[in-house]
Amino acid sequence: MLVYLIRRLLYVVPIALAVSVVCFSLVHIAPGDPLVSILPPDASQALVEQMKKSYGFDRPIPVQFAIWLGKIAQGDLGTSIATSRPVLQEITKAVGNTLMLAFAATLIGFTLGCFFGFVAGYFRDTLVDRIAVTVSILGVSVPHYWLGMVLVICFSVLLPWLPPTGAGPGSSAAWVWDWEHVKYLILPAVTMSVIPMGIVTRTVRALVGDILSQEFVDALRAKGLTDWGVFQHVVKNAAPTALAVMGLQLGYLLGGSILIETVFSWPGTGFLLNAAIFQRDLPLLQGTILVLAMFFVVLNLLVDTVQTAIDPRIRRG
Amino acid sequence: MTAIALPALPPTRGYWSAVGRRLLQDKVTVACGIVLLAIILAAIFAPYLGLADPYRGSIIRRLRPIGTPGYLLGTDEQGRDMLARLVYGGRLSLFIGLLPVFNAFVIGTLLGVTAGFVGGRLNAAIMRTIDVFYAFPSVLLAIAISGALGAGVLNSVVSLTIVFVPPIARVAESVTTQVRNLDFVDAARASGAGPITIIRVHILNNVLGPIFVYATSLISVSMILAAGLSFLGLGTKPPEPEWGLMLNTLRTAIYVQPWIAALPGTMIFIVSICFNLMSDGLRSAMDVRR
Repeated sequence: MLVYLIRRLLYVVPIALAVSVVCFSLVHIAPGDPLVSILPPDASQALVEQMKKSYGFDRPIPVQFAIWLGKIAQGDLGTSIATSRPVLQEITKAVGNTLMLAFAATLIGFTLGCFFGFVAGYFRDTLVDRIAVTVSILGVSVPHYWLGMVLVICFSVLLPWLPPTGAGPGSSAAWVWDWEHVKYLILPAVTMSVIPMGIVTRTVRALVGDILSQEFVDALRAKGLTDWGVFQHVVKNAAPTALAVMGLQLGYLLGGSILIETVFSWPGTGFLLNAAIFQRDLPLLQGTILVLAMFFVVLNLLVDTVQTAIDPRIRRG
Repeated sequence: MTAIALPALPPTRGYWSAVGRRLLQDKVTVACGIVLLAIILAAIFAPYLGLADPYRGSIIRRLRPIGTPGYLLGTDEQGRDMLARLVYGGRLSLFIGLLPVFNAFVIGTLLGVTAGFVGGRLNAAIMRTIDVFYAFPSVLLAIAISGALGAGVLNSVVSLTIVFVPPIARVAESVTTQVRNLDFVDAARASGAGPITIIRVHILNNVLGPIFVYATSLISVSMILAAGLSFLGLGTKPPEPEWGLMLNTLRTAIYVQPWIAALPGTMIFIVSICFNLMSDGLRSAMDVRR
């Protein structure tokens, strides 16, 4: 276990390095000058050179990368071109909002997905099973940004129950866990939860079907174990894989929240990315993508570790 | 000397004809195929269907409800006929959704088969590079590349191609490695076949099927993401009819004509679910164990 953990940790290093290379190159695949958005169109050549120098764009690319990486190691993600504030400061609050949304969505999706998956797996080829399978196919096929709009139409426009956009009453208030705030979270979180719900349903259904067809289940029944007792064994066997799938889904939601955040004007990382893209604020774009990708790398590490820890059948050396 | 008459062989029923027969028996797949074919044909032959001009708006006929005489599906926020825009929209939406998967199928197969067949260091080099892209959630990667390259149809196709190459290459590599180690490949090599012949005859014939099925399962995601990039303003530019972009520009209309605002998304949904179900049908039809 410890050996595996150390090796898995070491494996993160090249991946993290490669991820930062990709993020760094984003600025360099971008067409045009990265400073074009802050410089006036009639800027003199001298001013352009001066600005390039102050942002470090005048050095050779490998040197720029080394300097950039060194700064990141110290927690400095650069300065936003549009707002002149440190990128890290811009990202921190947004990451919190996105995490909250993604956690809520994963929780809803995982709970419903497990429920549908277990029911479908237990009652294979019945009507219930077919409904669960249909729900899971709908969940993975629906364009979620459209589903978000439909939910807004249903629950904000036609039935004025929930607010259509934003993250809390007023504009700047901090998040509080009361109904006034939570009702802003419901629609985006439900919208976001359909993808993990579909995937978890599919996985758990296959797992439960597979486990129930194994001989040890017959042995447990023959031993006189009640249905509840057998169920506990099934849960125990399905848990590692289901939890791993949930962890990965959380990562996908963190990275894929931009569409939903745009629909609901949710002030998270997606919203930040949107602003960064359309203001051509490349340091902000680079920093946000780097932070999200690193979250994903760490999450993958956590999933592997937890899975190894709770499933004694996995022997990784 | 009389030639010995060989008994006539029964017509060989190839694997692919069996797959085709099984597909035709699958009602869901056939139904989805018909729906998709109708949408694709309507998009291709849109100019001959007697539809209204999808670009011509009218200030006085904005946001007419569904069922208005002359405007079967109403009009959009600029008074343009929704039905015409939905049909014409299929052209770009299907193009930008399908092309990345096709590109990635070609590139990913090339990379994966090469890695799997050659093995060794080349395999490690290709596959470790591909691992890097797995460190990004796919939507984030698409938006990062699209966002850096800037808005445009071509850029969104490029970014989605980059998103889909790694998973296809992984599948291609794994099936090629399996096939390469089978006896008939050794037999072919022993009988003097060169590497090109082995890849063309023995490897590709056996791996293209599974890779193709896997690629079809990505079409639905690709459709959703391509329209999503346009929805964010990273793909198509107005006034071009495209489902994702239409969904975005109609967002302002949800308080006036909510169901018209939702229509373009319904098209994305229908196409995406049909591709998903057809891919499932194809996979089970190609499963020899059944």
